[in-house]
Amino acid sequence: MPAQATSTDAASRPDFIQVDQFSFHYGPKQALFDIHMDIPEHQVTALIGPSGCGKSTLLRNLNRMNDLIEGVRHEGDIRIGGTSLYDPSVEVISLRKRVGMVFQKYNPFAKSIYENVVFSLRVAGRGRKTELDETVERALTDAALWDEVKDRLHDSAFGLSGGQQQRLCIARAIANQPEILLMDEPCAALDPLATLRIEDLIIGLKQRYTIVIVTHNMEQATRCSDRTAFLYMGKLVEYGPTLAMFERPKEPQTEAYITGRFS
Amino acid sequence: MSDALPPNSGFRTTGRSRRGEPWVWLTAAGLAIGVIMALGLFLLILLKGTASFWPRPIDVMEVRVAEGATEKIAGFVTQESTRSEPDGTEHREIQVFRGNKDIRPEAFVFIDEANIASRSRPEDLMWVERMEYGPGIIEPVALETPEGRIEAADPSFHDKLDAVIERSEQAREEILDIERHQIGRISRELEKHERAERSGEKTAQELAGRRAELQASFEKLQAQSGAIHDKLKETKLVGRTVDGADVSYTSDVLVRTFMPNAAGFFDRLGEALSRAGAFLSEDPREANTEGGVFPAIFGTVVMTLAMSFFVTPFGVIAAIYLREYASQGLMVQFVRISVNNLAGVPSIVFGVFGLAFFVYTVGGTVDQWFFADKLPTPTYGTPGILWASLTLALLTLPVVIVATEEALAAVPRGVREAALACGASKWQTIQRVVLPASLPGILTGVILAMARGAGEVAPLMLVGVVKLAPSLPIDSIAPFVHPERKFMHLGFHIYDLGFQSPDAEAAKPIVYATALLLIVVVVTLNLSAILIRNKLKKRFAVSSF
Ligand SMILES: Nc1ncnc2c1ncn2[C@@H]1O[C@H](COP(=O)(O)OP(=O)(O)O)[C@@H](O)[C@H]1O
Ligand SMILES: [Mg+2]
Repeated sequence: MPAQATSTDAASRPDFIQVDQFSFHYGPKQALFDIHMDIPEHQVTALIGPSGCGKSTLLRNLNRMNDLIEGVRHEGDIRIGGTSLYDPSVEVISLRKRVGMVFQKYNPFAKSIYENVVFSLRVAGRGRKTELDETVERALTDAALWDEVKDRLHDSAFGLSGGQQQRLCIARAIANQPEILLMDEPCAALDPLATLRIEDLIIGLKQRYTIVIVTHNMEQATRCSDRTAFLYMGKLVEYGPTLAMFERPKEPQTEAYITGRFS
Repeated sequence: MSDALPPNSGFRTTGRSRRGEPWVWLTAAGLAIGVIMALGLFLLILLKGTASFWPRPIDVMEVRVAEGATEKIAGFVTQESTRSEPDGTEHREIQVFRGNKDIRPEAFVFIDEANIASRSRPEDLMWVERMEYGPGIIEPVALETPEGRIEAADPSFHDKLDAVIERSEQAREEILDIERHQIGRISRELEKHERAERSGEKTAQELAGRRAELQASFEKLQAQSGAIHDKLKETKLVGRTVDGADVSYTSDVLVRTFMPNAAGFFDRLGEALSRAGAFLSEDPREANTEGGVFPAIFGTVVMTLAMSFFVTPFGVIAAIYLREYASQGLMVQFVRISVNNLAGVPSIVFGVFGLAFFVYTVGGTVDQWFFADKLPTPTYGTPGILWASLTLALLTLPVVIVATEEALAAVPRGVREAALACGASKWQTIQRVVLPASLPGILTGVILAMARGAGEVAPLMLVGVVKLAPSLPIDSIAPFVHPERKFMHLGFHIYDLGFQSPDAEAAKPIVYATALLLIVVVVTLNLSAILIRNKLKKRFAVSSF
C-alpha cells in the first residue's frame, strides 16, 4: 500500500471493512460485479464514478439498506471487523446501530431538533433525560450545529436551512456513536458555502469514525478523502490513495473521468 | 383580430396559443355553476332558517264571507300567490296563519285578496306561545292572580306578566326534576326489587317494608308536583280573540308572549335572538313542531364524535397493514377494491346490517351475558346510540382507510430509510416517524368521515334514532354515559317534521331552522377537526423540497 500523507494510528485496521468478491443484482439487473476492496479504519474513503455506476448500491450494502428492496440478491461477502454482515446471527438492527448513514437529500423527521438527534437512542430504548441531553449537545457540537440551534432545540427541524438540516442529519447519524459513517452525496443538495462546512466536518470526524462517502465532486474527493475508489458500470476500476490516483491514474478510464471533470 | 396588427409584428397572437381558451372558459363555467348552486342552497336555508325566528307583524283583516257579512281574522301572512280561475280571471290569494288551534283546528286560512274589506295592525295584539296548541293570538284583557286582577291597561301589566312567565318556567323545571330524577330513582329501585323477587333472590315479605316506604315517598312527590301545578293554575292570563271569543290561559301553559305590532326593530331583534336561543336549548313539544331541538343537537354531536372515535383506530390500523405490511399482490389489490366498493354500498344496507349484526347478534349476546336479569326486556339488544355509532363507523371506514393509505404512501422513502438507518425496527419506523408525518392526511380522512357520518339518516332509523327520546345519552344519572339509549338526530328530525308531522305547513319554518342547524353543526365539527389538523401541520410543516 503506498504511503499516505494523512495520519493513521497504529491501532487502525487497514482492512476494517472487507468487500469480498461482492456482486449485487436488482432482480434481473446486475448492479455490482465482483467488487473487492478493503476500507481502512478511521479514514475517509471516497467512491466516485459516473451516475448509475453503482456507488450508492455499494454504499447501501454496507448497512444492508438494500435488503428492503424486493427481488435483490448478492454473491460474495462483506465483513466489518471480520464479521460477515450476512452471517445469520447478525441482526440488521444492531448492524445499523454500528453504521450510521447520511443521505443525499437531507431528511429530518417531522419532529423537534432535539427529538431528531436522540431518535437512535429512543429506538434503542434509552430514554434517560441526562443521557439524552448530553447526547444532543455532543452530537450537535460534533456536527458544528450546536451554537446555531442551542436556543431552539424544541423547535421543528423544518425551520432550519438546508445546510443546517443536513448537519442535523449528520448529528442524528452520529448520536448513537456508530463506528462507521456512510454518506451518499451529502452535499449534492447544498450551496457551496454549506458544502465547505460539511467538508470541514468530515475531516474533523474521521478521527473517530470510519467514513465512506459517495461524491460527484472531484474537488471534494481530493479535499477530504484519504483513499478513492473509481467505479464504472458496476465494476471497481481503480482504488488507491486519493492523491496518487488523481496525480497518476493507472487506468485510462479513470484518467478520462477525472480529466473530463477537471480540465 | 391579428389582421389588425402590422404584418411584421413579432408578437402576433397565433391561433394555436388561443385554442385553449374556450376550455378555460368551460372549466371556469363549471366551477361557477357548482359554486352558485352550493351558495344558493346555503343562502336559501340560511334565509328561511333565520327568518323563522323573526317576529312578524299581525294583520287584522275584515273579510267578506257572504253578502253583507264580514269575519275578522288576525294572523301572519305566510304566503302570497296568484290563482287562475277557469273563467280566466286571476285571483291574488294570501295564506294566513291565525293560530288559536284550541279554538278551531285549522291554523291556516286562504283568503282571496279581493274579499278583504279592511286591513290594520292594531298595537294591542299579543302573540302567546303556550305549552300546547301552538301560538295564540289575542287581545290581552287582564292578569288574574290570587292577589288581585291587573288590567292590561295598567302600566305594570307587562312586568307582572313577565314575572308570572318566569315563575312558571321555574316551576316547570321543579316539576321536571321531581318527575325525572326523584320519581325516576324510586321506580328504578322498585324495578330492581321486582327482578330480585322474580329471580328468587329475595322474597316479597323481605321487600315489603322498603316497598311501602318507596310507595309513600312516591305519593309524597306526586302530591308535591301536583301542588306546584295547582299553584300555577291560580294565575291566569285572560284575553279576547279578534272575533270576540273569550280566552283564558292558566300560567302553567304560558311559555312566552310578544306584542309584534307595538315593537320596534331592536325589540324584535331581541325577541328573535331569544327565540333562537330557546330553539337551541329547549326540548321539543307537541310532536316536535314546537319548542327546541336541543336533544337532537346533542344526539347528533355525540353520535358523530363516538363514530369518529370508533372509525379512526380501525381505519388507521387496517390501512397500516394494507400499505406497510401486506405483500402487494393480487390479494391486497382485491381487498383494496372491496374496501373502495364498500363506500358505494347504499347506506340503508349498512343500517340493515347494523340491525342484524350489532343490535340483534352482538346486543342480544351482551344482554344474555350481562343483563340476563332484565330479560326479556332488552338492554343492549335494541337499537341505541352505541350501535348507531358503530354502524356509521362501518359506513365511513372506507373513507378513513383510503385517506390513511394515501397519507402513508405520501411519506417520503428517504424519511423511512433515515429511521431504519438509525437502527429503528419496522414498527418503530411506522410508529415514530411515518404515522406522525401522515397525521394531517389521516385527519383529513377523519374529517371527511365525520362530514359523511353526520349527515347520514337512513341507516340510523334502523339502529337507534327515534322521533322523541325521553332522555339524553349522557346525563347526570349514574353511570352518566348510557350507550344503550335511543337518541334524537337533526337529520331525522328534519324528516320527521317535514313528512311525518300532523301539520306539515306549520312545521315548515322549523324544518328550515333545523336544516340550517344541521349544516352549522356539521360545519362546526369539521372546522374544529380542520383547526386541529392545521395546528399539527404548522407544528411540523412538511419539509419544503
Ligand atoms: N431500486 C432499484 N431497482 C432496480 N435497479 C436499481 C435500483 N436502484 C438502482 N438501480 C440500478 O442500479 C444501478 C446502480 O445504481 P446506483 O447505485 O444508484 O448508481 P449511482 O449511485 O452510482 O448513481 C443503476 O443502473 C440503477 O439503474
Ligand atoms: Mg447515487
